[in-house]
Amino acid sequence: MKKFKVQKTFQEINEKIKKGRAVVVTAEEMIDVVERHGDVEAARRVDVVTTGTFGAMCSSGAFLNFGHTAPRIRASRVWLNDVPAYGGIAAVDCYLGATEVVEGDPQNSVYPGEFNYGGGHVIEDLVSGNVVKLRAEGYGTDCYPSRKFEKNITISDLRDAFLFNPRNAYQNYNCAVNLSDTTIYTYMGILRPRMANVSYSTSGQLSPLFNDPYYRTIGIGTRIFLGGAQGFVAWPGTQHNPNAMRSANGVPKEGAGTLAVIGNLKEMSPEWLTGASILGYGVSLFVGIGIPIPILDEDMARFTAVKDEDICAQVYDYSMDYPKGNPKPVAEVNYRDLRSGTVMIQDKKVIAAPLSSYYKAHQIAELLKGWIEGGKFFLGEPQQNLPSGPFA
Amino acid sequence: MYSKKIVIRYTPEIVQQPVIHLLAQKHNLVFNILKARIFPRREGVIVLELSGEKEDFDRGIRFLKEMGLQVEALSKSVFQNNEKCVHCGACTGFCPTGALSFEIQTQKVLFDPEKCNGCELCVSACPVRAMEINLL
Ligand code: SF4
Ligand code: SF4
Repeated sequence: MKKFKVQKTFQEINEKIKKGRAVVVTAEEMIDVVERHGDVEAARRVDVVTTGTFGAMCSSGAFLNFGHTAPRIRASRVWLNDVPAYGGIAAVDCYLGATEVVEGDPQNSVYPGEFNYGGGHVIEDLVSGNVVKLRAEGYGTDCYPSRKFEKNITISDLRDAFLFNPRNAYQNYNCAVNLSDTTIYTYMGILRPRMANVSYSTSGQLSPLFNDPYYRTIGIGTRIFLGGAQGFVAWPGTQHNPNAMRSANGVPKEGAGTLAVIGNLKEMSPEWLTGASILGYGVSLFVGIGIPIPILDEDMARFTAVKDEDICAQVYDYSMDYPKGNPKPVAEVNYRDLRSGTVMIQDKKVIAAPLSSYYKAHQIAELLKGWIEGGKFFLGEPQQNLPSGPFA
Repeated sequence: MYSKKIVIRYTPEIVQQPVIHLLAQKHNLVFNILKARIFPRREGVIVLELSGEKEDFDRGIRFLKEMGLQVEALSKSVFQNNEKCVHCGACTGFCPTGALSFEIQTQKVLFDPEKCNGCELCVSACPVRAMEINLL
């Protein structure tokens, strides 16, 4: 076991939060603190570092229970604003996925499809308090005789509604280019031919899992900012892969850890849950997530001081290599260069544009900081850690 | 006095109806047809200059749209809807003129209408449809 010069516990930091004495900085500010004072002194001074990310995150959705109807229905098929939800759960429970497209959408038959409405937009409508048309069909049983139900509802009419996203907050992600001769439409946005642009999608130095690369403080039960409310990490996300390639600083150089997150949809807001229409690809949901990272020791101080230039990502060709399924990276780039708006890839100057909002990520980190300083948000100590890779 | 050049697109179903006549009569507008064409499949395009009070003009445009016609301003302007924009930056990779760019300090995406050439590349690139086309 490594000997630390500074050691704090979750309880000690929560005590300080309660007394209004916790020192909280954002992951951006922490870079300066560690540069100026070194990691040991920074760990003494700072108790919590806040992070944030706001990006289109597929693998999101909500469990909804619309309450028993009279007469009762065992709703096997459910729609909200004509977007199908999965009803094979129980009589009046359903799961509305963010990437479900509205029924009757021409999809890609008019290529590239516009995908103007889907599950992500229904979720945004619900948290906006807008009226949503609920429609359900059942086959009729002795205990649930009704076969059809239709009602205009708002979120407050739902008995229960919670967001449960199986895979969010990806720790790093591919950058996408197109080496072919025609424009392609992907979940990484529009990619113009002959590598005219590269798109990327993380908030870099502000992103939660970049600031705790080995998930030392983030685990099952970690309290987080989710969609504007307080939510929790529920489980390692689907495709969680702690064994990804890592740089010397421990930060993964490719897609690695992920989180399954959960929270009360009724407390969330459209500012932090926004429907997305991705040309030629489909619909999704912008999700705002922020995670507070307790500075338990100097290692955590160093981890949270990670800078864009120390975080690398792999560039893939989405025209041929990626869709085929066994891609090899075209190049490796860092987030400082990406954020500058142009990067060099294979001796070519390529325009770089993000898909996730650094501005909103920053706002989330600031909001979370305010909540903790104001004693409105306490750290949730993980009940169990996420699977992690070997600490190099 | 308000005056604007607009493009109206017809479908075969309405090509028969005296829409322009109704427009002038019901909404107090003076029109001057600059160009009119009816295509073989009976859909058509009319470019006309419409003048009158601004309120009448707006009501007239609404009337045309309710009749099922496509109405566009002859010169369109693109603008950023600040209520919708999430400042993701996706549009910045497509804007050829630098009208959309990051404000360094805040990483907000700012729109400079002076630089915009109306190419509309940003309109389809925006995932929340925050880049809108202004007709009027
Ligand atoms: S793509 Fe749309 S949401 Fe994103 S910054 Fe541009 S205008 Fe705003
Ligand atoms: S219309 Fe063209 S020039 Fe104007 S902001 Fe959009 S991309 Fe830029």
